[in-house]
Amino acid sequence: MTTYLLQRLMILIATLVLASVVIFAVLDILPGNAAQTMLGASATPQTVAALAHKLGLDQPAPLRYGEWISGLVRGNLGRSYAYHSSIAALISASLKISGPLALLAMVIAATVALVAGMAAAARHGKASDGAIMMASQIGLAVPNFWFGIMLVLVFAVNWRLLPSGGFPGWTPDPLRAFSALILPALALGLVQAAILTRVTRSALLDVLHEDYIRTARAKGLTPQAIIRRHALPNAMIPILTIMGLQLANLVAGAVVVENVFSLPGLGRLIFQSISNRDTPVVADCVLLLVAIVIGVNFLVDLACAMIDPRLRMQP
Amino acid sequence: MRRRASRLHRGAAPGLVLGAGLVAFLLAMALLALVWTPWPPAAIDVPHRLLHPSLAHWLGTDELGRDILSRLMAGAGVSLKVGMIAVGLGAVPGVALGLIASAVKGRSEDVIMQLCDFAFAFPALLSAIMLTATYGAGIDNAILAIAIYNVPVFAKLTRAMANSVMAREFVQAARAAGRSPAGIAVHHVVPNILAALLVQATIQFSIAILAEAALSYLGFGTQPPEASWGLMLSEAQNFLFVAPRLAVYPGLAIALSVLGLSLLGDGLRDALDPRLQKIAWQRA
Amino acid sequence: MRHAFYLAFFLGTSALVSGAQAATKDSVTIGMALEPPGLDPTMGAAAAIGEVTHYNIFEGLTKIGEDFSVSPLLARSWSFSKDLKTLTFQLQQGVKFQDGQPFTSADVKYSFERDAAKASTNKDKAFFASIQSIDASNPQVVVLKFKAPSFQALYHLGMNTAVIIDAKSAATEATHPVGTGPYTFGTWTKGASLTLNKWDGYRDAAHIAIRHATFRFMSDPAAESAALLAGDIDAFPRFQGVEDVSAFQKDPRFKVTVGGTEGKTIIAINNKQKPLDNLKVRQAIAYAIDRKAIIDGAMNGFGTPIGSHLTPNDPGYIDLTGQYPYDPAKSKALLKAAGVKLPLSLTLTLPPPAYARQGGQIIAAELAKVGINVKIINVEWAQWLSGVFKNKNYDLTVISHVEPLDIGIYANPDYYFQYDNKDYQNIITKMNAAPDLASFKKYIGEAQHKLADDCVNVYLFQLAQITVANAKLQGLWKNGPIFVNDLSAMSWK
Repeated sequence: MTTYLLQRLMILIATLVLASVVIFAVLDILPGNAAQTMLGASATPQTVAALAHKLGLDQPAPLRYGEWISGLVRGNLGRSYAYHSSIAALISASLKISGPLALLAMVIAATVALVAGMAAAARHGKASDGAIMMASQIGLAVPNFWFGIMLVLVFAVNWRLLPSGGFPGWTPDPLRAFSALILPALALGLVQAAILTRVTRSALLDVLHEDYIRTARAKGLTPQAIIRRHALPNAMIPILTIMGLQLANLVAGAVVVENVFSLPGLGRLIFQSISNRDTPVVADCVLLLVAIVIGVNFLVDLACAMIDPRLRMQP
Repeated sequence: MRRRASRLHRGAAPGLVLGAGLVAFLLAMALLALVWTPWPPAAIDVPHRLLHPSLAHWLGTDELGRDILSRLMAGAGVSLKVGMIAVGLGAVPGVALGLIASAVKGRSEDVIMQLCDFAFAFPALLSAIMLTATYGAGIDNAILAIAIYNVPVFAKLTRAMANSVMAREFVQAARAAGRSPAGIAVHHVVPNILAALLVQATIQFSIAILAEAALSYLGFGTQPPEASWGLMLSEAQNFLFVAPRLAVYPGLAIALSVLGLSLLGDGLRDALDPRLQKIAWQRA
Repeated sequence: MRHAFYLAFFLGTSALVSGAQAATKDSVTIGMALEPPGLDPTMGAAAAIGEVTHYNIFEGLTKIGEDFSVSPLLARSWSFSKDLKTLTFQLQQGVKFQDGQPFTSADVKYSFERDAAKASTNKDKAFFASIQSIDASNPQVVVLKFKAPSFQALYHLGMNTAVIIDAKSAATEATHPVGTGPYTFGTWTKGASLTLNKWDGYRDAAHIAIRHATFRFMSDPAAESAALLAGDIDAFPRFQGVEDVSAFQKDPRFKVTVGGTEGKTIIAINNKQKPLDNLKVRQAIAYAIDRKAIIDGAMNGFGTPIGSHLTPNDPGYIDLTGQYPYDPAKSKALLKAAGVKLPLSLTLTLPPPAYARQGGQIIAAELAKVGINVKIINVEWAQWLSGVFKNKNYDLTVISHVEPLDIGIYANPDYYFQYDNKDYQNIITKMNAAPDLASFKKYIGEAQHKLADDCVNVYLFQLAQITVANAKLQGLWKNGPIFVNDLSAMSWK
C-alpha cells in the first residue's frame, strides 16, 4: 500500500511538472504580449519597450520559467500584469463565485438526478423509465451556453425575474448575489443532471440484482422502499465518485457559461487574461485546474484501492 | 398496458429510429445545401435586415439581411465536416496507440496510458482556446484541437477493449500458433472491437459538434462569412431583445443534431452488442 | 401586542428609508463596457482608466469640456509667450491631495518629469518629452518651456495622461489612486464593479451632489440592456446595444442622447503592400464602399459619415464625404486602369468590436461585387496589436481611432498605415507650430484634403456616443471628446 501510494504520488508530481512546462511553452508562443496589449494603439514603440522591461518580458524564457516555478514552490503565485495585484487575490476572489456556482449547479443536478434516477430504476423497463432516459438524452444534447441564453430570454428579458448577468458582489446584499447565480447554475446543472441521472439509474439497477435485495423483496417491501432503504446507500459510491469528478469539470467547464452571464469567475478570469496576454494569471489558473483534476483522480483511485469492492456488497 | 410499455422500451428501438431519422435529416440538409439553398447563405442585404419569417424567408433574416434557413442548412455542412474530420483524425492515432499499448504491455503501456491521463488533465475547452489563439482562429485549427482531444479517448477505449479480447481463447490460440502481435491486432482484435469503436465514434461526433459550437461562439472556430451554428449564436447575442429568434434556431439545430447522434449511438450499442454498456459520455 | 409593535416598527423604518431615498438620492451606478486594467492614467493607456478616474479622482491643470472647450481646473489661469514656446500657469490655492498633502507647483514638475522619464509608460510620453524645462520655483506658478511652438499644449494638458499626482502615492496609484479630485477610491471587485465615495475635503465639496458612485463592468450589449431595464444601472454612457436604442427611446423611464465621439472608424490600408501602394487601387476600394449600408447594418444607423481623419465635432473639420461616393462602376474602371488582375485577393483583419465584425462582413460583400475577394480574419485585440499594428502584417483592417485630433499619426512613416509622404509631413509640422486657432484650422484643413486625395485609408464614419440613462439623472455628457464620466456634474432631479 505504501509503495503504491508513493508511486502514485511520484506520478502526480511528475505530471504537474510536465504540465507546468507545457503551459509555459504554449503561453510563450502565444502571439502578442502584455505590454503592447495594455498600452494599445496610441503608444510609441519606446513606451511599449519600457513597459515590457518593467514587466520583465524581455528576459529569456528559461529564466522567467524558473522564477515562476520558484515562486510557486515558495507559495507565491506572482503578480498580474493587467491588474497590478497579486494573482492569489484574483484567484481567490474568482473562486468565491466559481465555487458557489459549481456547488449550486451540483446541488441542482444531484437533486434532479436522484429523483429522476430513482424513479427510472423503480420503473425499470416501463414507459416512464424510457421517458426519463429520453429527457436525459435531450439534456446531454443541449449546449449549456445556449440553454443559458434561453434562460436569460425567458427569466431576465421576458419576465424580468432574475438578473441577466453580471455579479453585484456578496456584500452588501448576499441575496441579490445569490440570485445572480441561479440562472448560470441552472445552465450548468442541466448537463450534469442528465449525466448523473444516467449514472444513478444504472448504479441502482446494478445493486438491485444483488442477493440481499431479493431477500428484501421476498420480505414484501415495496420497490420504492427497497430503493430508498437498501439500494440507494449502496449505489452512492459510484454516484459520489462521478460527482467528484464532475465538480472539477464544472469549475473548468464554466468558461462559456460565465461569459454568457458576465460572471467574474475563474473561467472568465482565464478567458480575459488570455485576451489581455496576462500570461502569469493564465499559467497559474490552468495549472491550478490541472492540479484539481489530477488531485481528484488521485483521491478517487485511493478510495477505490482502500475500499475492497466486496465490502460494499455486505448489507 | 404493461406489455405495451415494455415493448416500447425493448431494444430502445424507437430511440434508434428517431436518432437515425434525425441524423438522416441532418445529412440530407448538409447535402442539399451543397447544391441548393433558398438564398445564398452569405448574401448580405442590409435594407432587409432582421425580417420576420415570411414566404420569401421562411425563418426570417439576420442582422445583415441574410436568410436564416439558408445559413442553418450551410451550418449543417460545417457541423458534419467538423464531426467527421475531428473524429477521423482523432480515432486513427488513438486506436493505433491503444493497440500498441495493449500489444506491447509493460512499461510502454504504462507510459502511453499516463500520457492519455495527462492529456485528460487539461481542461479541453481551454486547451482548444489556447491552440486556436496561438495558431490563428479558424475552422481548421478548431478541428485539430477537437481531434487532439479525441486521441486519448480512443486510445483508452481501444486498450481496454483490446485487453479483454486478448484474454480470450482464440487469441491465445493464435499466439500459440506463432502469429505476430501486429497480425493478431489486425486480424483478431480490430474486428472484435469495431462495434465498440463505432459507437464511441458516434458519441465523439456529437461532442465534436458541441465543441465546435462553443469554440465558434467564443470566436475561435468558424470564421465569417461562413455560416456555423455556434457563430450564428454568437452573432445573435447582440439581438436578444429585438430578435430572440436569431438565437433560438441555431441552438435548436445543435441540440437536435446532437440528440440524433447520441440516440443513434445508444441504439447501435444496444443493437450491436449489449455488452458494450461501458461506453459512456465524457464531456467537459 | 408585541406583533403590533414589530409591525409598526418595520412600517416606520421602511417609510423612513423610502422617504429618505425619494428626497435625496445621492448614489449612482454607471455601466461601463470594459474594466480598467489598473487605475493610474499616467502609466496605462486603456480608455477605461480615464472613465473611472479622470475628473473624479485625478485632475489635470486644465479641463476639457463636452464641447471641446478648455477651462481652468488645477490651474486658475495661464498665458502663452509670443513664440508659443513658454506657457505660464497660475495654480489654484489651498488645494490638497486626498491624503492631506498640499498641491504645489512641485507636484506638477514631479508628475510631468515622471511622465517623460525613460521608464515611463505614459501613452503621451512624446508630448511630455517635448517639454524642455519646468520651472517650479514659485509654489503657485508653473512655467513650461517647450522645445517647439506648442499651440495644442493646453489641450494635451487636459487629457487624463496629464493628471497631477503626488510623489508620495505615485507608486501605488494603479491600485490605490490618490488625487486632488472630488472622489476617493472605495472598493474594487475585480471583474465586476468599482466604487468611489465623495471626498468631503474637496475644495468645492458643497456643490457635489452624488455621494456614492458604482461603476459596473459588462461587455455584452444584451447584458447592458437588461441591467438598464432592471434598474441595476442608472446610466450607461457609450452604450453598445445600438439595436435596443429605439426601445429605450420609447420608454419614459429612460433618457437617450446620441452625440459624437472622437472615434474615426476607417478601413485602414497597408499603403506599402502591393497592389495597395497604387492610388487607383485604394480609390477603387473607396468607391466600392457604401458608407450608409455599413452604418445601417453594423451600427443600426448610428454614426455620421466622414471623408477624412477628423470628426464633425473637431475644430477645422471639412466635410469630404463627397469625394468618393458609392460608385461600383467607377471602382471597376479604376481597377482596370490600374492593371490589376481580377479577382484580386486581399485579407481583412477584424478586431472584436461590432463595428468591425459586422461592418467587416458588409465591406467584404461590397468589395466582392467589384472583383476583390476578401478573406476575413477575426482576431483578438492582442493579436491585432501585434500582427497589424506592430508588425504591419495585413492588407486591410477595420478600426476606430478614438484619440482626439490624432491626424498627426499619418506623418509617421512607420505607423501601421505605412504612409510616407513628405508634403503631408510638412503640413503637420506647420500645423503643430501654428500660432493661433485660425492658422491651425488652415493646416488641419490641408491635412484632411491631402489624406482624402491620397486615399490613404477609407474613411467610414464617426462613432456615435449613445447614452442611455434614468430620465431623472442629469449632468451626463452627450458628446464624448474624451473618455470621462464627470460625477461632479451629475445630480438627481
